[in-house]
Amino acid sequence: MTVEICDTPEAAVGDIANGATILVGGFVSAGTPSNLILALKRTGQTGLTAVANNIGLGDLLDELCENRQLARVIATFAIRASGTRSSRFEAQYRAGEAELELVPQGTLIERLRAGGAGLGGVLTRTGLGTMMADGKETIEIDGERWLLERPLRGDAALIRAWRGDRQGNLQYRLAGLNFNPVMATAADVVIAEVEEIVEAGEILPEQIATPGIYVDRLVQCEPVPVRWDG
Amino acid sequence: MASDRPPTGLSRELIALRAARELEPGSIVNLGIGLPTLVAGFVEPADHILFQAENGILGYSGISESDFDSDLINAGGQPVDLVPGASFFDTADSFTMIRGGHIDAAILGGLQVSARGDLANWYVPARGGGSVGGAMDLAVGARRLIIAMAHVTREGEPRIVDVCEYPLTAECCVDVIVTDLAVIDVTVGGLTLRETAPGISAEEVAAWTGTPLLIPSSVPEMSL
Repeated sequence: MTVEICDTPEAAVGDIANGATILVGGFVSAGTPSNLILALKRTGQTGLTAVANNIGLGDLLDELCENRQLARVIATFAIRASGTRSSRFEAQYRAGEAELELVPQGTLIERLRAGGAGLGGVLTRTGLGTMMADGKETIEIDGERWLLERPLRGDAALIRAWRGDRQGNLQYRLAGLNFNPVMATAADVVIAEVEEIVEAGEILPEQIATPGIYVDRLVQCEPVPVRWDG
Repeated sequence: MASDRPPTGLSRELIALRAARELEPGSIVNLGIGLPTLVAGFVEPADHILFQAENGILGYSGISESDFDSDLINAGGQPVDLVPGASFFDTADSFTMIRGGHIDAAILGGLQVSARGDLANWYVPARGGGSVGGAMDLAVGARRLIIAMAHVTREGEPRIVDVCEYPLTAECCVDVIVTDLAVIDVTVGGLTLRETAPGISAEEVAAWTGTPLLIPSSVPEMSL
């Protein structure tokens, strides 16, 4: 288990292939790997599928739409109901230039968990009797109906934690956990931006929320100030 | 319809206050985005109601007025203050709480509610695309689902209808509807008027409701 310490976020994301599926952690402003997202904008890969809780809610994922890097987004929040301020992604989606798969939040996290945990799928009541069930299998178990949702994995995951040690162990702060620990389990290459890289042992074992076994690359970055103001 | 416009009922703040009164002391509650977030400001501290946010917080008291910390927000992205005993967790844990029946009540906004308690609140067909967030999971998982919404649309169309025209969030999930005009319970017998807003008659509520309402012989006015 070796963790690569990258000098820059560009070095950390530079070899992600065109057409890759990338998992992007964070929830609006919390725990969002904004440095890695902005690095991906500069390294310029295209045809990407992004899996994230949200796009265009004060997050910087929408920046990747400026140069049309996202072909497809799998998210829970993508198009605002009011339409007062639309994102670049929304404009490209409406023009038929980018695809959207909307997924209920609890289903998205469990699909990722299944993808990371070697499970064949998720059975949930969420989405039964709605558009979310269109084209999907339902299964009856002991007289109860369940919707079968498939596992989800990425070629790469971009996540953010507070501190990381040289073995890749990660500690989060406040509500910065959200999608990050599960996404760390569900991609071939897991890249974490952290505010500080410390020696192994400096993060106490009981403070580690993502064990280093899941993490491939670490890069130390000043957090990018992000705020969603509704 | 009695007239082209519905009578003036409760403000958004008063809808939130009335919805807050539905919460049992000591309960664990999730608030949806929009009007429901106002509910946090109307609970009595002595009632020890604990708010859960699906982004991974159990135990916030309301919207924070202090310095913004990008890692300390609710599911709507707003800064929040924590209460003693608050905890953080990841999204998998958060939806274990939500789908697993550990949340006593959720208060969500609504676009339409049907006679049998179907909810539509995530997709406006004219806009397309949509944003679902945690609404579908909350609708199937919260032990009690309270919808806080305007009784009619801006165009004066009833939001409480026989059958939802908008795409559903979940079937048969709503327990109570709190609007600017009334409190309505979803019961096995049908939608039952429980209270009216001050100055609003039961007949007016029925006239602005798009499906039959059961009206008990005596319907009290809300006490706010």
